[in-house]
Amino acid sequence: MNLLQKIEQDQVAKMTQTSSIPEFSPGDTVKVSVKVVEGTRERLQAYEGVCIARKNAGINSSFTVRKISYGEGVERVFPLYSPRVASIEVVRRGEVRRAKLYYLRGLRGKSARITERATGHGMNEQGE
Amino acid sequence: MRTGLIAQKVGMTRIFSAEGQHVPVTVLKLDGCHVIAQRTAEKHGYVALQIGAGKAKVKNVTKAERGHFATAKVEPCVHVAEFRVSPDAMVDVGAELSAAHFVPGQKVDVTGTSIGKGFQGGMKRWNFGGLRASHGVSVSHRSLGSTGNRQDPGKTFKNKKMGGHLGDERVTTQNLTVVSVDESEGLIFIKGSVPGSDNGWVMIRDAVKIVHTQSLPFPAAIRTAAAANTAELVNEPGVDEAPASDATTGEEA
Repeated sequence: MNLLQKIEQDQVAKMTQTSSIPEFSPGDTVKVSVKVVEGTRERLQAYEGVCIARKNAGINSSFTVRKISYGEGVERVFPLYSPRVASIEVVRRGEVRRAKLYYLRGLRGKSARITERATGHGMNEQGE
Repeated sequence: MRTGLIAQKVGMTRIFSAEGQHVPVTVLKLDGCHVIAQRTAEKHGYVALQIGAGKAKVKNVTKAERGHFATAKVEPCVHVAEFRVSPDAMVDVGAELSAAHFVPGQKVDVTGTSIGKGFQGGMKRWNFGGLRASHGVSVSHRSLGSTGNRQDPGKTFKNKKMGGHLGDERVTTQNLTVVSVDESEGLIFIKGSVPGSDNGWVMIRDAVKIVHTQSLPFPAAIRTAAAANTAELVNEPGVDEAPASDATTGEEA
């Protein structure tokens, strides 16, 4: 491991100490609480949608959440280890066969549904 | 005027501050930054410190240089440079400088050798606009255009901006902010980018255009022997049971 990776790993360890990140994968519906500064005070803003992509790159890890807001598709990319992301909550697990669900961008309504998943990644406590 | 340091560029990463701000940083590592010689007004006509960093293989060092390093009781260095200092900011020969020389929040100037880009045209080298994509332009879309006037003066002036070698030159970036300093590991985190490639050597000195408000260690932050020993143990966790003397010889070999 080179020096830069060690520095990044220390950062990640420091970030995961203060907040726990649940196991989630593309296809899962997640609720992300984001810290928003309004004037002088800070509040939490929830953003709920389908995680369509995850990037695993140490401190630079991020995930993309897509939702339909007032009939318009909205995607937000969150840095996984940012202190601005207060909490991540898995609302629903989804069964998908791709790592990147970019095909959802072209789909609307019924065809954009993802079937619920009962086993697999992140569900080991029930699987056995 | 304090001395500067010679450091090796490790690479870039990001740091999240407590407020959630993301700061892009360049990591610079000190690798045995020693004072090799002093330049004094009486003897040399100017006041400066000669600083060396890195470890050179003895077989690659000339006999004359070996003698020069031996008088300073410093191991041969890969990179040597002089820093002008004020007469009261002299540091003893042989002292190892510490990363604590710079304080978080202060501004520094960083000098390095930019990445070589070879022979480049006027558009990349001088930001020329090139010629049009259509309207009769043929073949020469990225050409310079005109390089001069008519029969009078009848020549292209010297220093006309043209294609040529780009990069691999000395570049100084001024007024960069020090984000944090790791004294035991000898790391300096600087906000933003720094000239040169990874593993390249850079010189860091106090920003010349800024009045420094922080209390900076004067004349310099010296790395003590005790701190050096603990750092070596941290660097080599495999040999922490071995006596300290063995660990140091392992570093020197």
